[in-house]
Amino acid sequence: MSGERAGAARDGGGAASSTPLGSVRATDVPAIDVRNVTVHYGDVLALDNVSLSLAPGRIYGLIGMNGSGKSTLFKTITGMLRPDRGTVALAGQQPALARKAGAVGYVPQSEDVDWAFPLSVRDVVMMGRYGHMGISRRPKAADKSAVAEALARVELTDLADRQIGQLSGGQKKRAFVARGIAQGATILLLDEPFAGVDKRSEGTITKLLRELAAEGATVLVSTHDLNALPKLADEAILLMRTVLLQSTPAEVLKPENLARAFGLDVTAGDVA
Amino acid sequence: MNPLDFLLEPLSYDFMVRALATSVTAAIVCAVLSCWLVLVGWSLMGDAVSHAVLPGVVLAYVVGAPFAVGAVIFGFLAVALIGIVRNTSRIKEDAAIGIVFTTLFALGIVLISVTPSQTDLNHIIFGNLLGVSWADLAQVLILGAITLTILLVKRRDFTLYAFDATHAHAIGLNPKVLGAALLGLLALTAVVALQAVGVVLVVALLIIPGATAYLLTDRFSHMLVIAPAMSALAAVTGLYLSYYLDTASGGMIVLVEGCIFALVYLFSPTQGVIGKRLGAMKRQRMLAAQ
Repeated sequence: MSGERAGAARDGGGAASSTPLGSVRATDVPAIDVRNVTVHYGDVLALDNVSLSLAPGRIYGLIGMNGSGKSTLFKTITGMLRPDRGTVALAGQQPALARKAGAVGYVPQSEDVDWAFPLSVRDVVMMGRYGHMGISRRPKAADKSAVAEALARVELTDLADRQIGQLSGGQKKRAFVARGIAQGATILLLDEPFAGVDKRSEGTITKLLRELAAEGATVLVSTHDLNALPKLADEAILLMRTVLLQSTPAEVLKPENLARAFGLDVTAGDVA
Repeated sequence: MNPLDFLLEPLSYDFMVRALATSVTAAIVCAVLSCWLVLVGWSLMGDAVSHAVLPGVVLAYVVGAPFAVGAVIFGFLAVALIGIVRNTSRIKEDAAIGIVFTTLFALGIVLISVTPSQTDLNHIIFGNLLGVSWADLAQVLILGAITLTILLVKRRDFTLYAFDATHAHAIGLNPKVLGAALLGLLALTAVVALQAVGVVLVVALLIIPGATAYLLTDRFSHMLVIAPAMSALAAVTGLYLSYYLDTASGGMIVLVEGCIFALVYLFSPTQGVIGKRLGAMKRQRMLAAQ
């Protein structure tokens, strides 16, 4: 079973006219095209024949249990993990070329970040610019202004010189989103951005992501927060080692569909 | 004796001048590298590589090759063996490190025992700062300059690797290459430092300065200044103390490093165990006075 697709139900915001984030135009070329990807960890099957096609200018919510392969899918898309079978194309290109072009922005899970690391918010955002810099990554005026703009965009200008660990949960996430903005990423991957984030910050981040999508970015968000899904995402993807369903959030959140992914009777709510 | 004589008298001996230049160079190069080692969590790896280079250095001596070549080969061999043991058995990484580096270190000791001109090579283990020749000093300066240049030119990439290797990959850099480069530089640094303090104590120079700086600042760029400054100070102080107290020079340098760390651990204004409390009390007094 390789997953059903609901046809492209474009409900506004999809057709991006101006794209400050980069050169992706609303064409028929998918921003992320995953085809028949299978990944094993030793004998354990992590992803089984996964196929996904994600269009520019849309936000996709990725849901599934722990161990359903969400992180593995992220790693396969960023290319950290090479699939045993299948292919990944980003913006119609080889992933390596898309990465070199700075198309891929990544917002890591909180638990994967060393928050005591001696870097300021500005330092972290500047790391988004490294792909555009020379061999010693010395920032030029253009890099500094891109970072300043990105910080203003996520409303962290006043906190730019704080050590990253001294931000609140939501501010930390926005700092990493700013890194993707400064980078000019057209594909933004967020791994559990709402874990440990209060509702108000979640709203701020959702609004920011909606703006970025409206400008043409493709946003893939893995989340446990099913309640917030309709507000956040244009489409939802239900993952259980393979894609069970890719459709509108309302369709995916139907109890009978969730039951297939979580193996129990869930009414829409927070699934841990 | 006036203070100037106190400082100048040892320098009237050539061997002390060479010792000073060697130890300060080694201290600075190790300290800069240590900033990344403590943040990546490679302190044990630093210990392992600095010990595991011993057989490489001995074999290089036997065949007449530069010490650095043997050291880098055995440094990578050690890392590869650790990875193999960890990934292909149920042995955990710390045990794998312990097994591999002690075995390689033992191989080095055995090789020294069967190699003629033993006195020369035993100095590698404990260091022989006062016996450093002009040729040794030249090698330390050249290797030190190469290592320091690479570290400083690529410092932002190494920091990115230490902080977020996934992002490094996502923007088209190769984290594996960056990691391997850091390990290669670690092996080179071990060669620089073993002239000064010997294989056994190299790890002190590779961990203490970075750890000390980490307790003093929230800025990586500041760590890169604080760590080498602190380590150079420790090298000079340790060497003078060893001269006047007639003690082992390598040991004295490491002892001073450890003492500076202890002071910072206690009194660092932001991270120190006592320093934090003093700061809080001062703030309270100021509030009360208002």
